Parts: sequence; structure tokens; C-alpha cells
Amino acid sequence: MPRITYIEHDGTEHTVEVGNGLSVMEGARDNDIPGIEADCGGACACATCHVHVDPSWIDKIPAKDDAEADMLDFAAAPISGTSRLACQIRVADHLDGLIVRMPETQG
Amino acid sequence: MSRVVIIGAGQAGASLAIKLRGLGHEGPITLLGSEEALPYQRPPLSKKYLLGEMEVDRLHLRPRSFYEERRIELRHGVAVTSIDRAGKTVTLDDGTSLPYDQLALTTGAEPLRLPARLGGELPGTYTVRTLRDVDAMAPEFVEGRRVLIVGGGYIGLEAAAVAASRGLQVTLVEMAERILQRVAAPETSSYFRELHRGHGVDIREGVGVASLAGEGRVATAALSDGTVLETDFVVVGVGVRPATGLAEAAGLAIDNGIRVDARGRTSDPSIFAAGDCTSFPFRGQRVRLESVPNAIDQAEATAAAMLGSDKDYVARPWFWSDQYDVKLQIAGLNAGYDQTVVRPGARAGALSVWYYRGSELLAVDAMNDPRSYMTGKRWIAGGFSPPPTVVSDPQCDLKSLAAPGSPGAAPTAPRGG
Repeated sequence: MPRITYIEHDGTEHTVEVGNGLSVMEGARDNDIPGIEADCGGACACATCHVHVDPSWIDKIPAKDDAEADMLDFAAAPISGTSRLACQIRVADHLDGLIVRMPETQG
Repeated sequence: MSRVVIIGAGQAGASLAIKLRGLGHEGPITLLGSEEALPYQRPPLSKKYLLGEMEVDRLHLRPRSFYEERRIELRHGVAVTSIDRAGKTVTLDDGTSLPYDQLALTTGAEPLRLPARLGGELPGTYTVRTLRDVDAMAPEFVEGRRVLIVGGGYIGLEAAAVAASRGLQVTLVEMAERILQRVAAPETSSYFRELHRGHGVDIREGVGVASLAGEGRVATAALSDGTVLETDFVVVGVGVRPATGLAEAAGLAIDNGIRVDARGRTSDPSIFAAGDCTSFPFRGQRVRLESVPNAIDQAEATAAAMLGSDKDYVARPWFWSDQYDVKLQIAGLNAGYDQTVVRPGARAGALSVWYYRGSELLAVDAMNDPRSYMTGKRWIAGGFSPPPTVVSDPQCDLKSLAAPGSPGAAPTAPRGG
């Protein structure tokens, strides 16, 4: 299973295995990793699963659509060029080793 | 150590249990659920799950191991038959009883059905609430078949969208003058009426079902306008009632749901409640919300209160619905509005409807317009009400209306309880 590293805003790292086909958000939720809330359960409706993808990985992830971009534009914490909603990133073998960082707040 | 029993293993029950552990509660926690499944998300049931685009495992809120690791005892498929408040025990349908020091009721809501005497219990007639409901109806969603949807609220419209997307012949009847009448302004109703008609749904407003009939299974529907429709199956989405039976039988105060205060306390100091089954104070009124975000936030605030927090729960209501390629997001509660303004969004088909009472912004419905939704949600939470004429001007950049640090900017307080 691909291993994903989640880094909390305070620097705490969590590296966990996440099954193919799950989202990066679901990987955090199932492993009780703090810093991702995902109130809507992954419907791209709430923008509370904002993460900064490590720049070395951003090109391996499909681009965001307009809805995700708009949600991110209004996310609670400042966004970066690699900001994504974790519910919209599907885990697959080629993302083994992915690193994402959580913002200070999800709102 | 305090022993907590939670009745109802839906979103509110699971969130409450998880939050209790997260906040350091060390005593036993038992989560009782009448359904067989692990606690799961309901919103996708009438959306992606019914469409066949989401597997059942992904509905689960957490894997089973999560509860085990946190010593949250999950008991499925058990119903509670009574609460003995004096003895502080609950009795289960297998005859056993469980003691509690604190009890939480997260019993949710039950879908209304058409009465049996009108054919509401005929095979081929479905409601949309549980995984079992949706698994039972899913095989009916076959291209070319005819479905009658009773009720033009969000559940009915979502079911209609799934059916139409899968090539069924869909008729939807709404007894009120227009679809979404109870929950939205005419502009929002019109948007969804056009959307569904564009997908071939036959929407009939101001028309109810007089009766359903069929030999051993539903086959026809007599409508209130005298029409008789042939149909292969019927989906009923005519609302829910809060599941207050146990609370009522135990003598707890009921007021459009189990009456709780802003800390989830019922009229018994040892019994708390959260989620769809409750009514609670909100901006000087008492409201009951049928929504996952409220189930989560209220349950978490109630968990904190059970451990002694004196912080009140302040709801920030929001909702969403997915129909075809349209995402509706709603911020706030529009009850009591006296004016609406419409704002076209940047993308094709994007529109938002803003609800005001006097000069106060109450709510926004945003269709494929996350920018309006996110802005409106923040403004409503922050008590910021831009003039309606400004909001309705599509040239006005919403983001420019409230600078960081102003009442319209993101609240900085931590969320939840």
C-alpha cells in the first residue's frame, strides 16, 4: 500500500499506509491524523481538508477543477501554489511517498 | 470513572463517542446502533452511492479497528426498548440492560411514509434514509423503467437526479405549490425545476398522491389532480420526523425534537442529546436541523459539555446537495426572510440567492458557485451584512467587501466545542 506522510502545522509527522482508491483525506481520517476535518465526508463541499502538497509531488497529481479551485480560494488558511483539497486526491501506487502539510486552521 | 452509553450510531453518535475519547474521557463508552452496518455517512446514499459511484466501505465514518483501538464498544443491530432514568439503565431488545452514569441520545430522524391505507407499505415503495433502504431500491434503478418520486425536497430531487442520470423515466410530484417550498426561495426552486426538466424529469407541482395501488406490488398512483400514473416503483421523500419515541417514553421534555440547551442537556441532568433528533437554541429561536455538519458540531460540543465544559454551542448551519453536475451549497438559515437578491456567478449555470431580513443577511443558496457560498458563510458567521444592492451586482468582487480582520473575514476562534 502507498505510504503517505502527513505533517501537522506544528511539524508533527505521521506516515501511514493508505489503500489505493481512497482519498488522501480518507487516509487521514481513518488514521485519526489531526489537522484535516472533512466535515462533508469528501463531497468537495466544505474546504476543511486543505493541504499543501509537497512541491516535489504536485506534478504527479491531476490538476484541480474549477470547483476545487474556488473552494480553496476561500479556505480558512492562506493557500499556496500547491494547495489542494485532500478529498480530491485519489491514492494510487505512483503516489507512494507523497508528503502533504496541513495548514494552521481548517476554519 | 463515568460510564457513557450512547443510543444511536449515526453521524452524531459516532462523532460524540470519538470526541469524548479525544477529550480524554477514560471511562467505558458504549455506542448502540439499531442498524447492522458500521457508522456511516448518509449524504452519499441519495447521491454517489445510489449512482454506483461510491463503494460501501467508503461510506464508513471510520474502520472498525478505530473504535476498538479507542475502546469504544460498538454494538450493532440492537434496539433500546426503554430508559429507566431513576435506575440509570437502558433496556435492550434482547432483554439485557446496561447501566449508565451519563446517557446521550443521538437517535436521528425517521422518514415519513405514505399511510398504509393509501398503499404506502406496498412492495416497490421506498424511503431514503438508511443504507438498507438504498440497497433495497438500487436494483430498481434500471434504464427505461418508470419511477414516481413523491416529494420535491432535497431527497426527492437527489433521487430524481440519480434516476434521470441512469436513464429512467422520472415523474416527480410535489404537493406544495413549488418544489423546495419549505426550504428555499422561488428563485432556487426555479433553478432546480429548470435543471430537472432539462434532464427530462416530469415535475408536477401542486399535485399530491391520493393513493398507490397494485397487486402485491405498487403499479399505479392516483394523483390528487385525478390523473392515474403507471409506475414500476415509488420513492417517497416527504420529510422526516425526529426519533423522539424513547425520550418521550422516558418523560424527557420534547419540543419539535428532544429539547436540549446550548450544551446538549435534556431536561434530565444525566441525559444529553445531539443531532437530527434535537431542537436547540439558535439566535433567539429554537431550531431543529437535519444536517450532517450540525450533527458533527453539536455532538462534539455536547461531548465537551458532558465532560464539564461550560461553552455554549453556536451553530453555523450549512448544507449541500448534488444533482447532476450542480452542487448546491447553503450557508445560514433563511427562516423569516423578507427579501432575496440573485447574483449570477462567474461560471456558466452558476447562481446564488441571498436571503435578507431587513438589512440582515440570513442565508445564501449557491448553485455551482462556491465563491458565493464561502463568502456568505463567513459573513453570516461574522454577523456582516453587505447591502443587497452590492451583493446583486455581478461586477462587485465579493472578496473585496470584507478585508482580513473585519467582521466579514474568517473567524479566528477554534471551531467546535
